[in-house]
Order: sequence, then C-alpha cells, then structure tokens
Amino acid sequence: MTEAAPSPLLRVTGLTHRYGEIVACRDISFELFAREVLGVVGESGSGKTTLLNCCSAHLEPTAGRVEYDTRTHGLADVFGLREPERRMLMRTDWGVVHQNPRDGLRMDVTAGGNVAERLIMTGARHYGRVRGEATTWMDRVELELDRVDDPPKTYTGGMQQRLQIARNLVTKPRLVFMDEPTGGLDVSVQARLLDLLRGLVRELGIAAIVVTHDLAVTRLLADRLMVMRRGEVVETGLTDQVLDDPQNPYTQLLVSSVLQV
Amino acid sequence: MYVAVKGGEKAILNSHELLAERRRGDPEVSELGIRQIKEQLTLAVDRVMTEGSIYDPDLAALAIKQARGDLVEAIFLLRAYRTTLARFGATEPIDTARMAVQRRISAAFKDLPGGQVLGPSFDYTHRLLDFDLMQEAETAPEAERAPKPVDDDMPRVADILDSEGLIEIDEPDDEEREVADLTRQPLTFPAERDQRLQNLARGDEGFLLALGYSTQRGYGRNHPFGGEIRMGEVAVELTPEELGFPIEIGEITVTECQMINQFKGNEDTPPQFTRGYGLTFGHCERKAMAMALVDRALRSAELGETPAFPAQDEEFVLYHADNVEASGFVQHLKLPHYVDFQSELQMVRRLREQFEARKRGEAAE
Amino acid sequence: MTEAGRSTATAGRSVGEAYNFAYLDEQTKRMIRRCILKAVAVPGYQVPFGSREMPLPYGWGTGGIQVTASIIGPDDTLKVIDQGADDTTNAVSIRRFFARVAGIETTDRTAEATVIQTRHRIPEHPMREDQILVLQVPKPEPMRYLEPRELECRKIHGFSEYGLMHVQLYEDIAKFGEITTTYDYPVMVNRRHLMSPTPIPKFDNPKMHRFPALQLFGAGREKRIYAIPPYTEVKSLDFDDHPFEVQTWDECCALCGAEDSFLDEVITDDEGGKMFVCSDSHYCGERRAAGHVGPMEGEDAPSFARPADQEADGS
Repeated sequence: MTEAAPSPLLRVTGLTHRYGEIVACRDISFELFAREVLGVVGESGSGKTTLLNCCSAHLEPTAGRVEYDTRTHGLADVFGLREPERRMLMRTDWGVVHQNPRDGLRMDVTAGGNVAERLIMTGARHYGRVRGEATTWMDRVELELDRVDDPPKTYTGGMQQRLQIARNLVTKPRLVFMDEPTGGLDVSVQARLLDLLRGLVRELGIAAIVVTHDLAVTRLLADRLMVMRRGEVVETGLTDQVLDDPQNPYTQLLVSSVLQV
Repeated sequence: MYVAVKGGEKAILNSHELLAERRRGDPEVSELGIRQIKEQLTLAVDRVMTEGSIYDPDLAALAIKQARGDLVEAIFLLRAYRTTLARFGATEPIDTARMAVQRRISAAFKDLPGGQVLGPSFDYTHRLLDFDLMQEAETAPEAERAPKPVDDDMPRVADILDSEGLIEIDEPDDEEREVADLTRQPLTFPAERDQRLQNLARGDEGFLLALGYSTQRGYGRNHPFGGEIRMGEVAVELTPEELGFPIEIGEITVTECQMINQFKGNEDTPPQFTRGYGLTFGHCERKAMAMALVDRALRSAELGETPAFPAQDEEFVLYHADNVEASGFVQHLKLPHYVDFQSELQMVRRLREQFEARKRGEAAE
Repeated sequence: MTEAGRSTATAGRSVGEAYNFAYLDEQTKRMIRRCILKAVAVPGYQVPFGSREMPLPYGWGTGGIQVTASIIGPDDTLKVIDQGADDTTNAVSIRRFFARVAGIETTDRTAEATVIQTRHRIPEHPMREDQILVLQVPKPEPMRYLEPRELECRKIHGFSEYGLMHVQLYEDIAKFGEITTTYDYPVMVNRRHLMSPTPIPKFDNPKMHRFPALQLFGAGREKRIYAIPPYTEVKSLDFDDHPFEVQTWDECCALCGAEDSFLDEVITDDEGGKMFVCSDSHYCGERRAAGHVGPMEGEDAPSFARPADQEADGS
C-alpha cells in the first residue's frame, strides 16, 4: 500500500455466513472510509442484518474477514482481537443503534444513566461531569432535560431512539452501525429523526453503515449504496446514481416499487 | 421484656428438647419404628434417597422420622451425613436394559416386546379415600401374581427406535474423562451432561415438576412422548483394582424415564427423535418424568433451538434446583439482619427528611 | 447393609468420636486450604471450591464454617460473632459446633482469639497480624443484581469491566442525591478485583483497608472462597465528587457511651421509645468494665446487658 492511498476504516473481504444450509450472505467484499455513510438496502431476508451483525463483530462469519482500523494495531481482523480488545472497541470506537430500542437501552436505568454508562465504562469517575455530558447529549438529540431521571420505558418510541443515539454518540465513536434506525416510527417522527441523524453524522464526521429497507432513509443519510438480494450484493454505487439510474433489474424493481407507492 | 433476638445456648437447648417432644407426639400412641417407615412410607423413603443422593432405605427412614416427616429436612439430614463418607470408588454404569422389571409402560407403542407391565401404580386408582385404612387391618393385602413371570427380554423403547436409526444415538461419554461429582466439585457453566443429570437427579421434585409442566404449556415446547417408564431392580457392579473385572455388590431399585421428543434434522443429520432422560432411586415416577422433560429442555442450545424460557435456561434451572440450598437460603432470612436493617433504616429516615423538607419548600413557594 | 450392622456402626458413638477433627476430613481441608492459598495470591478473586454439604443449613454460615474448619488447629482459640455479638443464636450454634467437633477453646474476647468467624460485622477492637478473620458470605458476586449470568460475570471480572457498578451509583445519586447503598457496599481490592465485602455495614468498609489480619471469605452455597491478605489496599467505590462516607449517629452507646462504634437501635416500648447500643457486644462490655458509662447504664437494662447466666429463657 502506498502512502498516498488512505487506509479504509473498515474492510470486509469475502464475507460469507450460513445458518445451517441457508446462506445468509455470500462472498461480500467492500471498504468503508472515515466519515463515509454506507447504506445497505434490500428486502427482509436479503441478508443485510446478518451482514451488519458480522461487521459489528456480534456474529462471527462462516468465512471471510472483517478488518477495522484500530487505534493500537492499525487495520486488524476484528475476530482475531482478544475479547477484551473487541469489547473495548464496541464501547468506545463503535456504536450500534438497534431497530428495537429495547436491544440498545437499559429500560430500567434512567435516561441519564443510559447515556452515562458509556462514559463510565471508559473510566469517567466524576459524577458532575458525567451528568453534564449526559444532559448535553440529551439536549443535542432534542430530548427534554426534565426527563433525564426517567427510565426509557416511560419514553415514546421516537424518544427512545433519540436516547439510543445519544448513548452511542457520547463517546464520540468513529463508526456507527444502524439497523433500521427509523423502523417502527410514525412518518413524521421518522423525518425529524433522520434530519437529526444526518446533522449529527456530518457534524461529528462519523462513518456509518445503515441497514434499511427504506430507500428514503438511504437517500437522506447515505453517500454510497449497496443493494442486496438473497445474500448477495447485486449493485453498488453512489446513492444518487443507484437510485436515479439503477442498472440491476432487481434494483430497478425496488426503486420503481417505491415510486409507485 | 427484651429476649426475642438474642438467645443463649440455653434457649437453643430448650428448643431442641421441645422439638424432640413434638416429634414423639402423644406418648399414649406407640412410637413409629424405622422399619414401619421403610416398609409403609416407601415412596417418601425413595424420594429422600433420590434427592439425598444416597441409597440407604434405613437411613432415609431414620431421617424421615427425625425430621418429623418433613422430607426436605430429611434430605438435608441425609446429605449432611453423606458428605462425611469415604469414597471407595465409582461403580460401573448400571444397565437398565437388564433390569428386573416391576413396572414398564410405553405411551409410544400399543404393544412391544415384553408388553406393558403396570406393576404397582396409583394411575388407575380412583382417588377415593379408603376409609378401611382408618383401622389397622388384621390381614395384609396380597396381590395375585401373573401365572408366568415377565418376559426376560424387554428391550428399552429407545433401543428399538435406535435400531432403526430414528432416535439420536445415545453416545457413551468419553470413557477416559472422569465423571464429574457435584458433591466434590462446584458446578461450572456451560454444564456438561454428567453435571446436568446429577443436578437434576438431586433436584427438588416440586421444582422440576413445575418446570417440566411449563414446557408442556408452551414455555419451551419440546413435543414429548412418554417413550418408556420402567421401574425395577438393577445390579450394581464395581471393578476392584486388584481384580480388574466387575463384580456385583448388590442391587438397587431405580425408575428410569426416557422421553422421546421431536426434532427436525438439518443438512448433516437426518430427521430423528431426540431424548430427554430421567433416573431416580426407588420408585419416583413423577420426578423421573419431570426430570426427563427438563433435561430435554436444557438441551435446547445444543440442539440448535433458541433458549427463551425458564426451563431452557441452564443457569436458572441448575442453580435453583437444589432444595437443600434453596431451603437454607430462604430460611436464613430468619437470622438476625439488624445491623444491615439499622443501616437501611438510617438511610430511609434521612431520605424521608430530605423529601419532606423539599415538599415543605415547594408548599412555601 | 443390615440394620444390625448399621446400629453397631453408628449407634452409641458421641459426635466427637464419629467425626474427624473439625468435622471435615483431612483431604477436604487440604483442598480448601489450596483454594485459600490461591485466593490469597489473587486478592479479591473468587475461587470456586468443592463446597461440602455441612450439617448446618446453606445461608447460615456453611462457607465460613468450612474455611474455619480448614485452618483451625487444636491450639487455636475461636470467637464467633453474628451482628457483632457473641450471644446471637447462630453465633452460639456455630461456636457449639466447633466446641463439639474440634474440642477447641472458645472465647468472646477479640484480643484472645486466634480465629474469629463473623457474620455481618468486623469487630471494633483492632486486630493483629497473628489473627485471622473469617467472614461468612451469602452472595459472593457483587455484580449479581446487575448481571445474573455467571458466565457474563466471569467475563466482567476477567476483563475488569466494572463500569456497571458505577452506573448503579450514578442512579442512586440521580434519584436520591447520594449513594444509598448502606451495607454490602462493593470494594475494589488491590486495584484489580471488585469484591463484595459481605453484608457488613459500610461503616466497617474502611477497616478492611490495610487490615493487619488475614481476611478470608467463605460462601458455601455459592461455592466460592476469596481473601484479602494483610495490608492490602481496599477501596470502596465512589465518584470523585461524591466520596464514600460511613454512617454516623447523633447518639452514643446508651450503655458504654462509645461514639465511635456501630450502634444497634433497640425498641424499648411501643410508644416510640428506643435506645442505641454497640452492636459489638464484647467491645461494649470491655468499655464498661473499664469504667465507661453511657447515658442509660444502670437503668433497667435489657437482657443482653446482663451476664449470660441470668439470661431469660428465649425458647
């Protein structure tokens, strides 16, 4: 590698994952660079969530490599890291925004505590400062500050999703994995949330992989798109290019079916 | 007067005397003999032996007498005695296929080699109180015996299915590996089969019954069929080092239950039934069946099912099945906790003061 | 196994003859001592051990009893306390147990004991290097309420990922303005392992820090042993701006006037009357013998203030 070529933040090579006889992802390769947002679209069952789980080291693929530009070892196979290193990565450099907030929040811990957790997990031991940071982040995701001591189970779906985002961004991650971040929300709530996400991702210079079946989400958030069908990538390119001039018949169908609605 | 919390040695001794008096009951009534318990409360004896992990009907009967019929207490007594015994060695695995069967039923086949043998069973009794038993009978009831003894050849139902390859192979454990002993080594997770079965065999019948029942109601459905329940005597063999071959050292009565459970195969395994296994000392049929259900439920992860229910949760089941542990810890709440309670009391009082001061402040605004 | 055989084998033997010294067989004691050595080598780390079934119920000190049985010798002098007092029923029961199965000296004087087994307190009287404190442990895993899974807890300890505990403290402060844990207050041992100090009041936590005597912890039901070697650093968890604090009382001990000991609240009537007395009965008695007088000394004192032989029948 020459010095001029920038090293990717994440590199996936020949990733395949099977559940028994079912192949969820087949031979997928791509690179993601810093500050870049990659959208992964496809209908349910296309393997996009499996791909996301493999990339975020929650699921070890049957074959292939996932490499990440670690602060200590440079580009390294995430499944080759020692478990404490990997866990450290997950709570510092990485963030995961789950489709279901229950998977990403502690429902019985206060909202403030949820945001504070990542700071505390990385060593913060000053209550006042931790709380200050937590409220700052709640404010940035436009949550009411007088709800800071309420548990998220008392929040609406949209608020829970904002809280999840705050909880992830508080440690200023370099890479965030999002699985249908606006899934299950009302259309008006979705629009505000997307707007907020786009602003934060740009402002903080975060790279992200956003998995969704909703092309509108990718249009707003993603720089590049990967279209998946039956576990394989059928088309890839810049978002506008793929959405406005789809080459693959499946992508064409996907795009036209959205437009028809 | 303040005497309740701090008791001295004298109070303890007095309590023990009272306990002995209550155990004996009305001295006008003749004292219960160990042999009576052993002969007439056999199922209590069997349960105490099973969960007490020692096959000794005399000691189990003694424990039941000493515990005033409290079976969990009797199990505790037996366990505390057992722990002091020396180990001579491990016996050969018992062979239930060679059991001298008293009872053998299968819910999977209408008829099968050896037939269905009801044996002594509550199953088809109408649960009507038998008021004749209020009186001590002068003659002992005697059951008519069949003209010929039960078939010698009574293959286990699982073996019949096994010969067709329709049930998962019951693979013998690695003979080199030493069998774990839960009474000597702590439970570890994920638990191996030997640890799991030992734990369940020692586990509380009521706890396993409820868990097994929950799997039937949908909390971890595992499609069970009562493949076979058999009860009878098996030989216990030991291989003394100096001899090098097994010799029979006695026989014990056991109840074995093999549940047959449905399971779809995958790419590598053809479709076949799976097993759940239960074994107890004596005649503890309900326990053996419940154990088999829970054993199968605990294999869910191993068989590629997603564990989602209490009966499938290995740590939950194995950590809470032991009634000696559970009884001790629940009842330790009787012990004084007043140092901790004082600490909590102080804290709550202070928080209350702050709360009320805040309310007063708000009211004043 | 005939009945006759059994009766000759077990009937008519006294407990002392029927069991090995201190109840456990020597092999078991060696196994436990090996676990203790390992525990001493890794302060605060919970060593799994083959806990035996004891003739006392789980949760009533079976872990502490096994540790004591494994380290005690014929020349030792044992003191047993529960809630700080020598005369609480379970302390009496455990002391009787060792007097029966080991025939050793027992005492209620902290300074005279070589081994002190305790539940829920650390004695007020300072301990020395030649003494050992054995603590009974009901729940050895400090993370248990936050993470019920044993496998996950093992990882948390392995990777020293103790942040969740601070989240708990955060929650306390957010809700109540202060850390509300008052007993079993978690500590970091030797800057490496998070440890349950057992349900001692947090008042006793600072005593653990650089304690001259060896502290051994036995959890029978949960089958764990852990240790704090003499003079080890033990730090109670806190936040920089919410430092750890111990309980204080406005009152002093009603009997001996002590202002530096943990006080029990005793209800004296059903009209709100109460008094505060030292939870450490020996400490209180020693002070009174030395002439210290509390505000209520000499009044109609409750039973625990009287010598044992005058004690009322509690059954």
